[in-house]
Amino acid sequence: MIQDFADWLVYGIFGLSADSSLGTAVNFFFYDTIKILILLFFISILMGIINAYFPIERLRRYLQTHKMYGLQYLLAVIFGAITPFCSCSSIPLFIGFVKGGIPLGVTFAFLITSPLVNEVAVAMFLGSFGLRVTLIYVISGILLGVIGGFVLGRLRLTPYLSDWVKQIQANSSAQADEWEKDHTPFIKRLPTIVHDALGIVRGVLLYILIGIGIGAFMHGFVPEGFFEQYMAKDNWFAVPLSVILAVPMYANAAGIVPVIEVFVAKGIPIGTAIAFMMAVVGLSLPEATLLKKVMTWKLIGIFFGTVAFFIILSGYLFNFIL
Amino acid sequence: MEVKVLGPGCAKCKSTYKAVEKVISDNNLDVKLTKVEDIMEMMNYNIMTTPAVVVDEVVKIKGHVPSESEIKEALGI
Repeated sequence: MIQDFADWLVYGIFGLSADSSLGTAVNFFFYDTIKILILLFFISILMGIINAYFPIERLRRYLQTHKMYGLQYLLAVIFGAITPFCSCSSIPLFIGFVKGGIPLGVTFAFLITSPLVNEVAVAMFLGSFGLRVTLIYVISGILLGVIGGFVLGRLRLTPYLSDWVKQIQANSSAQADEWEKDHTPFIKRLPTIVHDALGIVRGVLLYILIGIGIGAFMHGFVPEGFFEQYMAKDNWFAVPLSVILAVPMYANAAGIVPVIEVFVAKGIPIGTAIAFMMAVVGLSLPEATLLKKVMTWKLIGIFFGTVAFFIILSGYLFNFIL
Repeated sequence: MEVKVLGPGCAKCKSTYKAVEKVISDNNLDVKLTKVEDIMEMMNYNIMTTPAVVVDEVVKIKGHVPSESEIKEALGI
């Protein structure tokens, strides 16, 4: 349906030829933009609804009051996935967890997955790669958080926290504040949720347009299989190289996925692309500078190193199985 | 009345501050409005998501940019 509209608009109204590079590029631009904006809007609403009923305070309280035998990692990570992530919230969240006496490993699990799996990334993946790749991305984002959090939890990292955070941890109490249940009826919440969803769409619109614009240009003008010669599957260093290249890049998912889509269409293996994508959104230098307020550089290094290691591993895995 | 907007300075926090500022000036309220950007001070309010709006030391709104009517309700008008 959206494809019909894009065809009609670009080939009919604009009068571009379906066989020309310009025609396919413009058509790709309109088709992808419309599809992704619609997806993003509805996924944001869905996540908004889930969030209204499961606020983060509820997770903290649950983690404090229940013995979970390892499942706490999974729960923290799933919460991380559905919480709309704003990088500036990562510090308050971190402190909030520490204050509540939640183990460091579980806190890290949340911190790893929260930026990786979010409404923008899911909408972009769904729009660009379809359901199968999206599921693979989401599930590996969740596993990455669970395994990464577990490993980091084992490493006894408390000495590497900032001094004031150590103090907070020492004074932490499992006696959490009662989680206040909000009894606002659903129908009264909906306008706020829709308003927030529109805010998310508006916030990333520019990045989406730029990303899809670059993607559309490459789609129309870069020959098929162009990248294959540089980043083929049997090139063992392609995965680690793309992960390392990705860390200093701070593009949000909105801008980067349409470009990755074209990279894959032109011959980059999907595992390498997913690894690159995860490193771009999950490991960023601005985030590291924020974390400096609660951790020493050494701990940030260990944190990033561990996550990067598992991202590289999953990149190899996907190239192998897909 | 004393109102504080808590947030480390991201886009959402800035628009929250502006929205609160607008409600105050539109209604000619006698309010001392301040912005808290220091994480350590922010954590005293026990919040886990930003931005947050604190009215007379009580957290009224947190985790999202509030609408005008929400701000009015928090300010008690």
